[in-house]
Amino acid sequence: MSLTYLDAICEAQAHALRDDPRVFIYGQDVGAFGGAFKATKNLAKDFPGRVIDSPISEDAMVGLAVGAAIEGMRPIIEMQFADFSTVGFNQIVNQAATLFWRTNISCPITVRLPFGGTSGGGPFHSQSLETIYAHYPGLIVLTPATVEDAYSMLLEAVAIDDPVIFCEHKFLYRHLKAEKLPSEALPIGKARIAREGRDLTIVAYSAMVQDALEAAGELATEGWEVEVVDLRSVKPLDTDTVMASVARTGKLLAVGESWPWGGVTAEVIARVTSEGYGLLDAPPQRLNAKDTPVPYHPNLWAAHRPTVRSIGAAARKILRH
Amino acid sequence: MLQTVSEPRGGQVEAVPEAHLLAYRFMLRARLLDEKFAALYRAGKIHGGVFLGRGQEALSAALGINLTKSDVFAPLIRDGAGRLAFGETIVDAVRTYMGSSLGPMRGRDGNVHRGNPQAGYLPMISHLGAMVSVVNGVLFARRMKGITGIVGATCLGDGATSTGAFHEALNQAAVEKLPLILVVADNQYAYSTPTSRQFACESLADRAAGYGIAGHSVDGTDLTACLKTVGMAVASARAGKGPQLVVAKLLRLCGHGEHDDASYIDPKYKTSALGRDCLKVAEEKILQQKWTDAAQIAVWRSEAIREIEEAVAQVQREPAPDPFAEEWTALSTKRLIEGNA
Repeated sequence: MSLTYLDAICEAQAHALRDDPRVFIYGQDVGAFGGAFKATKNLAKDFPGRVIDSPISEDAMVGLAVGAAIEGMRPIIEMQFADFSTVGFNQIVNQAATLFWRTNISCPITVRLPFGGTSGGGPFHSQSLETIYAHYPGLIVLTPATVEDAYSMLLEAVAIDDPVIFCEHKFLYRHLKAEKLPSEALPIGKARIAREGRDLTIVAYSAMVQDALEAAGELATEGWEVEVVDLRSVKPLDTDTVMASVARTGKLLAVGESWPWGGVTAEVIARVTSEGYGLLDAPPQRLNAKDTPVPYHPNLWAAHRPTVRSIGAAARKILRH
Repeated sequence: MLQTVSEPRGGQVEAVPEAHLLAYRFMLRARLLDEKFAALYRAGKIHGGVFLGRGQEALSAALGINLTKSDVFAPLIRDGAGRLAFGETIVDAVRTYMGSSLGPMRGRDGNVHRGNPQAGYLPMISHLGAMVSVVNGVLFARRMKGITGIVGATCLGDGATSTGAFHEALNQAAVEKLPLILVVADNQYAYSTPTSRQFACESLADRAAGYGIAGHSVDGTDLTACLKTVGMAVASARAGKGPQLVVAKLLRLCGHGEHDDASYIDPKYKTSALGRDCLKVAEEKILQQKWTDAAQIAVWRSEAIREIEEAVAQVQREPAPDPFAEEWTALSTKRLIEGNA
């Protein structure tokens, strides 16, 4: 048996629906059609009345989820693309994220964001929005990089009492495969050492973990031992694991697919620099997408985001410092 | 303390005197409480803004007394009367304005941003139209749980009808056939913007047809009309007839907030029927009908003033929030707070 990242997401939702009568799924085309990416395939049939098509109304979709959560349910909202979540942004950041702090009533909603670039997606079907959601207090922001994490972290997300932004990478949907679903997992909030090394720490998350691992493999042929830290969740951010890695390597490269101004990579570097300045023996570097909308043509798209090649080049620059 | 009746009363014509008196007493209490908030604001005792419901009490009370404790209510800024009718205590209203640590919002949020979600009383956020879909969500979840016979009500002004959130949520309620009552106070101005710059249709109630839901228009200055129309709308929603849009015409008899002298309000409104004070209109009606007398109203007034003064005195003695004791996290899951993992 072979499972994709997308299968894992579908399985996790089936598992949650089966185990917890409070769970339901609400989103555009998620019902009989099974979702734009088929992440809810067969779920409407298997769980009648609990996998429900919504109108094209992202604001009202999230608002409904908040109301249902107040009433004790655990809704999963599927945004058709992460990009469209900006229409529901107000309900996410001002309604869901503030509810517990204001009222002491928790808001257990999970908002699934199919995100990140695939060539041909263009400016409005390719965005990476983890940074803007991580900026807001009251949200948990998850960025699984493996099939196993896609499954176990989505299951945990639904069980968490706070609103979770679940960023699932569209490029990984069919690209990544695993033999079986995991029976145990690291808890959310813990980063993972995806590859051990002693010369440089590359901190990455989601699809960039896979590219960083490939770059590390190439660098190994040149004699460099690169450690890759998979953040898994960008909020909370596991600073301890990152710092421990930098303590071993003395060098840091943070890689993210979102835009360069601020963001997760900047946060990682700010924390390491301020709390672990003495650990560094080269200036830490960051690699992000270019500061433009995400382009359509594959030539432009591949040059816009970090790649195995550009990660390798950035790594060599630090290693030779 | 004045209690709302426990059984649904939607549109019961035979209950006219009782409903008028009940609504009138909530209107009076809300007006007096508002006046106290305005006085505290002028005395510098309230941080931030003060927003009054003057002119909107008949509409708000008519809605509040038609709801039961099992219903859902998401009021807006001018719904002091409806809040009291839904069961909010004067002391909790005062606590929220004064930022008391013992209040429902514990000094974390203030003034009109108050509620108790567990009791179906939803605290508004400032973004207009945003509460409508949240009410939908509570109703949607209750239906999934098999709970029937309840309704959800929320209130907006004419300005909020221009938002995308209003449209998305009203359409959502219509698609799901939820028992939602959306009460719009068309009070002629959204802050300083007149309705001519807000919408171009003849009446906002006409929009109901576009959503495939029932629409109702009412004179918001007339308690009798509000009781009848709002009562009918609530009864229809409760009977499974889907969302109800109620649009009341009235005039805001104050500024947007107490910081605002409302000098932009066209004087022609103040002398028109729209500019009538609904509290006076209601009082004249109940006296004229001899459902009560002036002496009884004076007793209600002095009882309310005493309760308000006692609440303010009590809250002023209550502890303010302490930044050193504050739990500075927005998460309920303690293990996910950074540093706790």
